[in-house]
Amino acid sequence: MFGEIFVEVNVVNKPKKQYVAMKGTKDGLTLHLDDTCSYDELLKELDEKLAINETDEQDGPFIAVRLHVGNRYLTHEQEERLRAIIRAKKNLVVDSIESNVMTKQEALEWKRKNEIVSVAKIVRSGQVLHVKGDLLLIGDVNPGGTVIASGNIFIMGALRGIAHAGYDGNRQAIIAASIMKPTQLRISDVMNRAPDYRTDEGNEMECAYIDENDQIVVDRLQLLTHLRPNLTRLERSF
Amino acid sequence: MGEAIVITSGKGGVGKTTTTANLGTALALLGKRVCLVDTDIGLRNLDVIMGLENRIIYDLVDVVEGRCAVQKALVKDKRFDDLLYLLPAAQTSDKSAVTPEQMKQLIDELKQDYDYVLIDCPAGIEQGYKNAVAGADQAIVVTTPDVSAVRDADRIIGLLEKEENIRPPRLIINRIRSHMVKNHDMLDIDEIVMHLSIDLLGIIADDDNVIKASNNGEPIVLDPNSKASLAYRNIARRLLGESVPLLSLEDEENKGLLAKIKKFFGVRS
Ligand SMILES: Nc1ncnc2c1ncn2[C@@H]1O[C@H](COP(=O)(O)OP(=O)(O)OP(=O)(O)O)[C@@H](O)[C@H]1O
Ligand SMILES: [Mg+2]
Repeated sequence: MFGEIFVEVNVVNKPKKQYVAMKGTKDGLTLHLDDTCSYDELLKELDEKLAINETDEQDGPFIAVRLHVGNRYLTHEQEERLRAIIRAKKNLVVDSIESNVMTKQEALEWKRKNEIVSVAKIVRSGQVLHVKGDLLLIGDVNPGGTVIASGNIFIMGALRGIAHAGYDGNRQAIIAASIMKPTQLRISDVMNRAPDYRTDEGNEMECAYIDENDQIVVDRLQLLTHLRPNLTRLERSF
Repeated sequence: MGEAIVITSGKGGVGKTTTTANLGTALALLGKRVCLVDTDIGLRNLDVIMGLENRIIYDLVDVVEGRCAVQKALVKDKRFDDLLYLLPAAQTSDKSAVTPEQMKQLIDELKQDYDYVLIDCPAGIEQGYKNAVAGADQAIVVTTPDVSAVRDADRIIGLLEKEENIRPPRLIINRIRSHMVKNHDMLDIDEIVMHLSIDLLGIIADDDNVIKASNNGEPIVLDPNSKASLAYRNIARRLLGESVPLLSLEDEENKGLLAKIKKFFGVRS
């Protein structure tokens, strides 16, 4: 790739296969870690290589390190030990650790979080509809009914009850409804009660989001194009 | 094999018992064999509205507890030739005296002998409600045009939709006062049907004659000249599968409302 300088830092003159390849870029250091050797071998080589590197740049500025571990799965503890080795070296900070693999459980969780769950029903008084991921409700939420999603909430009918988007902490989440007349809106930990006096006009095709003042505001749906460009997901990626 | 229809509402006092009495009577007028079952144990009054109170010997709890056979507890309405019967609720027990399983068994038994078994449900969503819906094949939700009654109807509809053996509930809006609707002091039919999104079976105006008739033990539907009577008769015909247009509440001046009602009915019929 352009703008990248390949720095060969290994000065140890051994004919063995190298487990750690380093690339310096203008954004910092990228380490490609072999995924076929044992974990312990990897740690050992990493430690050695970085030790050499360290002496070279004693007083330099902080360098961000990105780790690519290939097809190796790291447990939380293994990841921590990697981080510890890097942290122990002067000037180096871990920016990210990327692996091509994840456990089945993580994959399912990820899938659930990124899924749009579509439900065709009327959420009536006393009922609670709770989903992981985004909710696409084909129907209404009646007064006294509640919908909750870890992601965004899209309601094709009327929202007259309570909607809680981003319930496990996602402040970027939004709530959109064809008819927006909620009794209460919640996004993440921010709450917004419907005004005591509401006009009947202009509650169509609206969305709610958290603005820069940490307030939930309700506005035209079309604003989302600018406010939340991430909502476009023709192609899902990590 | 007959059909069991539960008449329910969530909120109290919206006209379940009045509806049960009048629909049952209307179905008998149409030649159907009907059995009314009062499940409001401890607060029975279907017998009073039907004018049958003084003939009660046994009641629902006696039947369920095996003190007498169902046939023996049924009170015959003499105005009809062997078409209309009432199984009264017990006045002295409470709702926990009966279980849903026992109710289902009882209703199944009655369905062998009658074309329609109408079950008058108590208010609320507890034991009494569970007993009343246990044996039902269909449900009618009664509401009045006020916010709290509609809210409770919504709650009940949510519960009814979870019952696998009951077909999607249908709605009766009772005690409509057209001048209040016109002044937007009451929810209009349009709003209510839209909110609850279930089929509208009929509408009944608020009419003092309904109260008078009930007090005399003569359901209003027996009076051929009253509007409320016609409304109940029409609902009975719709239950039989006929498509009958909705009545206008106030003859001429209410064209707008009528148009709306017709629109709704048109969509569904
Ligand atoms: N269409 C009507 N016009 C005028 N009054 C009515 C009408 N329908 C019912 N009522 C009156 O409303 C009162 C309550 O009716 P009813 O007893 O049928 O309600 P309910 O739903 O069975 O009540 P509960 O929940 O206590 O069992 C009665 O006094 C009845 O006469
Ligand atoms: Mg009653």
